[in-house]
Amino acid sequence: MAEYKLMKGNEVIAEAAIRCGCDAYFGYPITPQSEILETLTLRQPWLETGMVVLQAESEVAAINMVYGGAACGKKVMTSSSSPGISLKQEGITYLAGAELPCLVVNVVRGGPGLGTIQPAQSDYFQAVKGGGHGDYKLIVLAPASVQEMNDFVDLGFELSFKYRNPAMILSDGVIGQMMEKVKLSPVKPRWTDEEVIKLNGSWATTGKTADRPRNVATSLELDSARQEQFNHKLQAKYKEIQEKEVRFEKIACDDAEYLFVAYGSSSRICQKAIDLAREKGIKVGLLRPITLFPYPTKAIQEMAEKVKGILTVEMSAGQMVEDVRLAVNGKVKVEHFGRFGGMIPSPNEVVKALEDLIIKG
Amino acid sequence: MSDIKDIIKEENLVYKKTKVLTDNVMHYCPGCSHGVVHKLIAEVIEEMGIQEKTIGISPVGCSVLAYNYLDIDWQEAAHGRAPALATAVNRLYPEKYVFTYQGDGDLASIGTAEIIHACNRGENIVVFFINNAIYGMTGGQMAPTTLPGMPTSTSPYGRDVKTTGQPLVITELIAQLPGTNYVTRQAVHTPAAVRKCKKAIRKAFENIGQKKGTSFIEVVATCNSGWKLNPVKSNEWMVENMFPVYKPGDLKDE
Repeated sequence: MAEYKLMKGNEVIAEAAIRCGCDAYFGYPITPQSEILETLTLRQPWLETGMVVLQAESEVAAINMVYGGAACGKKVMTSSSSPGISLKQEGITYLAGAELPCLVVNVVRGGPGLGTIQPAQSDYFQAVKGGGHGDYKLIVLAPASVQEMNDFVDLGFELSFKYRNPAMILSDGVIGQMMEKVKLSPVKPRWTDEEVIKLNGSWATTGKTADRPRNVATSLELDSARQEQFNHKLQAKYKEIQEKEVRFEKIACDDAEYLFVAYGSSSRICQKAIDLAREKGIKVGLLRPITLFPYPTKAIQEMAEKVKGILTVEMSAGQMVEDVRLAVNGKVKVEHFGRFGGMIPSPNEVVKALEDLIIKG
Repeated sequence: MSDIKDIIKEENLVYKKTKVLTDNVMHYCPGCSHGVVHKLIAEVIEEMGIQEKTIGISPVGCSVLAYNYLDIDWQEAAHGRAPALATAVNRLYPEKYVFTYQGDGDLASIGTAEIIHACNRGENIVVFFINNAIYGMTGGQMAPTTLPGMPTSTSPYGRDVKTTGQPLVITELIAQLPGTNYVTRQAVHTPAAVRKCKKAIRKAFENIGQKKGTSFIEVVATCNSGWKLNPVKSNEWMVENMFPVYKPGDLKDE
C-alpha cells in the first residue's frame, strides 16, 4: 500500500532520506530549510535505521563531514540555504575533485549577501556553472513539487553514486515551505558494511586489506600533466551525463506558438499563466528543465524551431536565460522575466511579460 | 675481515622498517620531524595489528602527501577540515581507528573551529598536531604558533605580538575540553624523546579501542628549512626557544 501524507517540502527531504537508506546527514540551521534538521532530530532515525544525524558547528564543517562520510563509500548528505551553500562551496569542489558521491540540498533564498529569507532562484549560476573553483559540474535536480522533493533524494543519490559525483537538489523557499500531498517512497534498508565494500570498495576508505592497494580520497595531483589527464576524465564523465541523464517536462507544447522555459516554483506559476494566456487565445506552452545540469539543450533547440518566441521566467535577475539563449542560438527571440530579492511573480505578471516582451516586443 | 655480505643475514637483523611504511621516498627535508613521527605511527599500527582498521586523514601543509608513506586507507582533507572528516568516519565506522595528522597552520589557524568542536564532542579519534611554529610547505610564513620576535617570510622583522598576537598555545585550550581524554606534548629530537613519543602514540591508539574520546598529541617539531638552521642547530633551537612556550609533558590523562 502506497503511503500518502500532507507534508512540507523540507520535511519530506528528511523523510525521504531515512527511507532511501541514507547513512548520515550533517547540517547547520539556516532559514528557510531548518525543518530538515529539525525533522530528522525529531524522527531519531539512528534508533530506526542507524542513520547518523549531526548538527555541525558550521556549514563548512558540515560539508567536510559529508566528504569524510562520502569517502567511506556511504550515502551522506547535507542541506542548507543560499548563504550556507556559499560556505559549502570549498567542500563541494573538493568532493567533485575527489570524485565522491553525495547529496547537497539548497533551499534557495534571495541574495546577495545575507539577502532575505524569502524564496528566490538566484543560485542557478552557482549550482550549474561551478560555484567553487576549478572545472567541475554538479548533477543538479530542480524539484517543482513536494512530491519531487521526495523523489529526487533517492534519484540524487542514485545518480551521484552512478557517476561518483556530487548531486544537488536546487529547490527554493516556496517548495521547501509549502505543503502538498506526497506519495512516500518505499523503505530501502541502508547498505551493510559488506555491501559498501562490494559496491564501493574499489575507491572507498573502508580499511586497507591485504588483497588491495590502499584507497586514498584526494583531489590533489601536483603533476600538471596528470592533473590535465584527470580533468579530461572529469570532462568525459560530464559529457556522458549530458548525453544520458537529461530530464525535462513539456506542458501544452503540441500546439504552442510561444514557449515559457522555467524550472522549480517558477514553472508552477507558468502553468497557471498558460491557462490565463490560453483564455486570451495565446497559445503558449512550458518546457520545464528537471535537470539543470545536464541541461535540456536539445529539447529547447527543437522547440525553438516551432515557436515564435521564448520567455524564461525565473526568480532571479536572469541566469538560466543565458543557457536558453545558448541553446536557441538566435533562432527566435528569447527574453527574460523575473522577480527577485524574495518576490514571487504572479501568473498575471507572467502573461503580461509574454505579451509585452515577446508578442508585441 | 669478513665481507659485509656475510653480515647481512636474517639472524643478525636487529631492526627493520615496518611494512606499514611504504617504500616511497619521502619529500620531507632532511632533519624534519615528520619522517620520524610517520615512522612511529606506522610502527604502532603494525604492532597493534590495526592496519586494516585504520583510516588516516591528511591535512594541507607539508604532510599533505602523508598518504604516500603509510600503507593504510587515507582521506586528504581541505585545509583545516581534517577533524570534520574524521568526525564522519568515526560516526560511520565506530570500530575503526581514525586519526588526523595536522600542522600548526592547519590545526591552530584555519582549522580552529573544526578541532575545538571535534574535541569538545569527544570524537573517538587521535589527533596528531605537528607544531613547528611556521608554514613549511608554502615557504616559511608566520604561523599562529610562531614565537614572539621570530623572523618568518611574512614577519621578516620578527613576529610583532602587538599586531599579530601572542603564540596560540592551543593544546592547553584543548586540554580543557571535556571531550578530550588524553592530551600530551611530545618531541622527537633525541632517542629518548622518540621512545617517549612512541609510547604516547600507542596509548592514544589504545584509547580509541577503549572508546575514551579524543586523544591529542602535539609534537613540538623542527623545520630547519623554514628556520634556516641545520638539523642539529634546529634541535638545539627548539629546546631553547620552543620548549619554554610549548612545554613537553602530559597535560591531561584520564
